[in-house]
Amino acid sequence: MWADLAVIGVKLVFGLVVLLTTVPIMVWVERRGSALIQDRLGPNRVGPFGLFQPVIDVVKLLTKEVITPAGVKPLLYILAPVIAVVIALSTFIAIPIGKDTGLEVFGHPVDGLIVAPDLNIGLLYIFAISSLAVYSVLLAGWSSDNKYALLGGIRASAQAISYELAMTISIVGVLMTAGSLHLQQIVDAQGGVWMGFLPHWNIFPQFIGAITFVVAVFAETNRLPFDLPEADSELVAGYHTEYSSIRFAAFYMSEYLHMTVASALITVLFLGGWNLPWIDIPFSGWPGALLAMAVFSIKVAMLLWFFVWVRWTLPRFRYDQLMALGWKVMIPLAVLNFLWVGVAMSLGYM
Amino acid sequence: MVSIVFLVAAAIAVISALFVVVPRNPTTNLLSLVVMFFAMAAIFAILGMDFLAAIQIIVYSGAILVLFLFVIMLLNIRRVEAFGSGRPIQALLGTLVAAGIGGIVLVIAGLLLPVAGGVLPGAVDLGTAIPIGRALMSTHLFAFEFITLLLVAAIVGAFYLGKREEE
Repeated sequence: MWADLAVIGVKLVFGLVVLLTTVPIMVWVERRGSALIQDRLGPNRVGPFGLFQPVIDVVKLLTKEVITPAGVKPLLYILAPVIAVVIALSTFIAIPIGKDTGLEVFGHPVDGLIVAPDLNIGLLYIFAISSLAVYSVLLAGWSSDNKYALLGGIRASAQAISYELAMTISIVGVLMTAGSLHLQQIVDAQGGVWMGFLPHWNIFPQFIGAITFVVAVFAETNRLPFDLPEADSELVAGYHTEYSSIRFAAFYMSEYLHMTVASALITVLFLGGWNLPWIDIPFSGWPGALLAMAVFSIKVAMLLWFFVWVRWTLPRFRYDQLMALGWKVMIPLAVLNFLWVGVAMSLGYM
Repeated sequence: MVSIVFLVAAAIAVISALFVVVPRNPTTNLLSLVVMFFAMAAIFAILGMDFLAAIQIIVYSGAILVLFLFVIMLLNIRRVEAFGSGRPIQALLGTLVAAGIGGIVLVIAGLLLPVAGGVLPGAVDLGTAIPIGRALMSTHLFAFEFITLLLVAAIVGAFYLGKREEE
């Protein structure tokens, strides 16, 4: 039993290190990427290409004074950033980063480096945990005793509830074709080709579903064009206006963690996970496991760049446009995808 | 091991359930309810009902309680009436009903659990999504469809009432 716990612990530490490492890298990519898109130089003084800028940023944020404004509700005010980070980190344990090639280390199966390989409700677990992320925003906004923060929190809750529906309905098609909630089986169901020439990734047969899911994920991660909870130009900094130092860093970090988990989810659900297009690799042994992880990581990295690209390209929605899009466009489209999958499956096209 | 986890989860559930009704601050009540749903989800998971555990969190903690919190913040409700104040008859009746339900649960648990070895009969096979989906789409199809109809009626009714007040 202790050996099993140790294996789980090692996997947890590995996953956490990988996930937390993406945060400084993404901060750098975002700052340099935005400079590239806006024809600026961006941070280029600290280290080659400004690569050590995130380190300096972290040191700055950690050494700043922690300010607790007068009038806040102390317990909730401190709890909100904690919830944000905990939830962003704990969704990660069900995501398969590599294929289970039957590898064993000291008699213990590696299971493709998933922390919880036997979680039958994999996808539902991720949705259950990530649906709680809105509490951190709501509580931060409410406990800050600041009208801008409160407005941000209220917007966040309405937005999260509206887009969660579209997000959940848009993956029903994926579950129908895979016949399982297990993320590894969902990836396995996407091997081979579809209609003779396309890779059998869900994005091709279920294009509408993929689009709705990606848009809903953007709304759930509060990224532009859906960043109304923090809308800098109208709400100062929205729900984290009153946060400084490490507490602000926690919110900042959780945004990037959510982005990474969201990219991994899109990869698993719609981009075939570790499957390469047209090439059917017999993944086996250590080389196979490493190759699968590399393919998966490249797909996630490209999606992360897509997040940055969209943020610096599109303007923000107006609040009524956001609500109209969520209820009148996204949900019908998600239902359409679900109907199409049902019809196609019964006719034998999928 | 399992029984320790169960005892901890059950203790958290009972204590947080008390915090749902006793304190006067509505936000405290609501957040205790979130904690209680988590403890309940843990108990479901121990019983092998992973699906119910996830659905419990998605539906209640993730959607319904967020709406409640939204309303509390929007209306800025500062305090509610004290526990059991003002309406002695209702308080007495409520206590009696709660005690009655508790007694029934204890009797059922006492009668059934020693026989089935700690788990309710038939509970083990219903854990994951597939058996629940099968049951909803075959044995309980009529009830399932009827509930959807009921929900549609409720939505239309709420919409009608909201519109009428506006005019």
